Amino acid sequence: MKEFAILLEKLALTPSRNRKIALISDYMAVTPDPDRGLALAILTNNMTFTHIKSGKLKDIAKNHVDEFLFKLSYNYVGDTAETIALIWPYYEEGYDLPPLHRIVEEFENTPKSDIPKMIENYLTIATPNERWAMIKIATGGLRIGVSERLAKTALAKFGNKDLQEIEEIWHGLKPPYLSLFDWIEGKGPKPHVKFSDVFHPLMLSTPIDEEKDFEKLDIADFQVEWKWDGIRVQLVMDGDKRALFSRTGDDISAAFPDITQNVNGSAVLDGELLVGKDFMPDSFNHLQQRLNRKTVTQKQMSSHPAYICVYDMLFDNGEDIRNLPLIQRRKRLEEWFDKNPQTRLTLSEILESSTWDSVTSTRQKGADDHGHEGVMIKRKESVYVPGRPRGEWFKWKRNPFFVDAVMMYGQRGHGKRSSYYSDYTFGVWDGNNIVPIGKAYSGFTDEELVLLDKFVRNNTVSRFGPVREVKKELVLEIAFDSMQESTRHKSGIALRFPRIHRIRWDKPVQEVQSLSEIRREFLI
Amino acid sequence: MVPRETAIITHGHADHARFGHQKVIATPETIAIMKARYGDNCAQEFRPLPLRQTMRMGEIDITLYPAGHVLGSAQVLLNDGQTRIVVTGDYKRGKDSTCADYEIVPCDILVTEATFGLPVFQHPDPRVEIQKLLQSVNNNPDRAHLIGAYALGKGQRVIKLLRESGYDKTIYLHGAQRKLCDLYQAHGIDLGVLENVGNRKKSDFAGEIIVAPPSAIKDRWSRRFPDPVIAMASGWMQVKQRARQKGVELPLIISDHCDWNELLQTIQDTGAKTIWVTHGREDALVHYCQTHLGLEAEPLSIQGLGEGEDE
Repeated sequence: MKEFAILLEKLALTPSRNRKIALISDYMAVTPDPDRGLALAILTNNMTFTHIKSGKLKDIAKNHVDEFLFKLSYNYVGDTAETIALIWPYYEEGYDLPPLHRIVEEFENTPKSDIPKMIENYLTIATPNERWAMIKIATGGLRIGVSERLAKTALAKFGNKDLQEIEEIWHGLKPPYLSLFDWIEGKGPKPHVKFSDVFHPLMLSTPIDEEKDFEKLDIADFQVEWKWDGIRVQLVMDGDKRALFSRTGDDISAAFPDITQNVNGSAVLDGELLVGKDFMPDSFNHLQQRLNRKTVTQKQMSSHPAYICVYDMLFDNGEDIRNLPLIQRRKRLEEWFDKNPQTRLTLSEILESSTWDSVTSTRQKGADDHGHEGVMIKRKESVYVPGRPRGEWFKWKRNPFFVDAVMMYGQRGHGKRSSYYSDYTFGVWDGNNIVPIGKAYSGFTDEELVLLDKFVRNNTVSRFGPVREVKKELVLEIAFDSMQESTRHKSGIALRFPRIHRIRWDKPVQEVQSLSEIRREFLI
Repeated sequence: MVPRETAIITHGHADHARFGHQKVIATPETIAIMKARYGDNCAQEFRPLPLRQTMRMGEIDITLYPAGHVLGSAQVLLNDGQTRIVVTGDYKRGKDSTCADYEIVPCDILVTEATFGLPVFQHPDPRVEIQKLLQSVNNNPDRAHLIGAYALGKGQRVIKLLRESGYDKTIYLHGAQRKLCDLYQAHGIDLGVLENVGNRKKSDFAGEIIVAPPSAIKDRWSRRFPDPVIAMASGWMQVKQRARQKGVELPLIISDHCDWNELLQTIQDTGAKTIWVTHGREDALVHYCQTHLGLEAEPLSIQGLGEGEDE
């Protein structure tokens, strides 16, 4: 545990990506099983202890520290794990924390009632850094600037393997990954994973550069499809076995039985999850009603039936076809559809694209008439590779809309921005009041952030924890992709991807439009 | 800070010692530091008051006692024969061979600083921090180690700690560190061989230690060193988030102020019944004095220039 705590601290403080990779890789080389496998699981966020909550840990600390002092300290430090680690008042020297696998075992198996005692004991024999590491492990969400991909890259480096190879089997393996390490060290075969046991990492697109790309690229090399406004999913089907994964590999099958129980065939498909009847997509807000749920009711399934607009195929039955060019994969997909008629799957339409000009007008028309988010432009010869390869798939989003709104609240950001008020809630007139219509935390430069932060601090009228309400004096020009009805917000509307386009220091708030005016103008 | 007719200066840091007072009362070392930083004419008149000597001002006896903060730093005892008031200035209780050790001065009213007045601040042994630095130097022979340390006090203390740990190679200085290092050496504090960074080749700094003001370590100036490990010697480095925000790869928790426990210890050691808290996080310390120590305590707002975090 000692070594792992040191590793976590170094990772948190080392800005360089390559050095982070070297740190993890060196750790793997000197750490025995199963500790290094558990460490890998923690770094990739694949180990959670659901019964140890951050609030519980706070309570443990507050039993031993004056509550007011804890609060002031937390406000200063800004991170629960670190506050507890530093404020813990007892330290017994001369003890070592047990090895990582023992800690993990205890985190997993200690009955709920004994957890406080266990944590207290460990806090008392640990150094502040070890306490911090322990709490981070217990509560998850390390926030040390290490992504799952970076950790896997380090593993690949350590084992002198191709990252792709690791990605391929990763989702079929479980901590502490003994067979993986055996293979990597040449002591065993490559772990065998069946295609239908795992999520296969997705291929992603990059935004098109309107200035340069059209000149460079030949439209004849590309196929064009709508960019659907749903969520990217992967459907894995193998006879009766079916699973639906989100783009990050989370298994979301349980929330969509209307899909998993109504599809047939054997394949791995890539597509967009949407809701709507007769394959007519409803707005993203309708889809949202069905996201982030563990289960779903019959009523939700009938009011918001889910389907998938399929645009790619990774496995045709058991055959891995990712090395075929897109154009051939598409053909296989169409043939597969012919053989396996579906009620919850539809094929993503391929749009006419003889010239860039026609793509431009298709994109505009799709946005105007159907609210499409834009178009996808995919190289016909592209093989399916995980990650974001350059120059293969492009997204070309619709032009944004703009609306002026008044800043209402500022909230402190996270990480590098934790000393700034960097998240802003904004609103428009509704009668004589201003009602919130959204929140944005991007679109401004670092220099503008300093000015916005200063505005929030100098114009605070009240405070609620990390949030400050400000004088309704500053107009923000907000760019957004679409406006939709929403029951979640008091204003009854929701914006997609709102960001701050310009700060209108010059504009009086009286000139901001009213809610009814913007509803008329933008609502689809 | 407004210029005064007479100012008692506790120590030479910029948020305590300013240009333009008519008459300055301070230890001879502090006066030397002020002259070195602001010029010989930074006050019209200097009245050196060596430690533990008393001078009378009107009805009040003034005596300076060592504060253990930086060279020349002093606490001020004000005594009118009935009430003893001690103004600590900045101070610390831990060992520091670049200045005189803090001395407990019994009093009725204690005016204490509270820079690190939160229970999260519990400073480790600085020697352990120096070992961390030396280990990092050892592990990274191709990289320079660039240590951000305030030019007065912290810089010399870090150098002295390195020397006491047996590091006897040349230590390189940013130009802004030179004057006060020379002044310390002239006061008999041996800092070993120091050289200015000057115009050496980049590769000459591989495996070397350079001490620079905190403002310089992330500045363009730092590009002249080979892939530098950015280190910072400061009590604030205890908070990882803080170190990350400042882009510090190697935080060295070396403070010239009391940590939380030392503040509480000092309050009790002086026997003061009334505590005025200033310069930092007053709320927490005032709360603790009132609810846990049963003392009268309140925050005292003093004219100043803010926290002076790096000092």
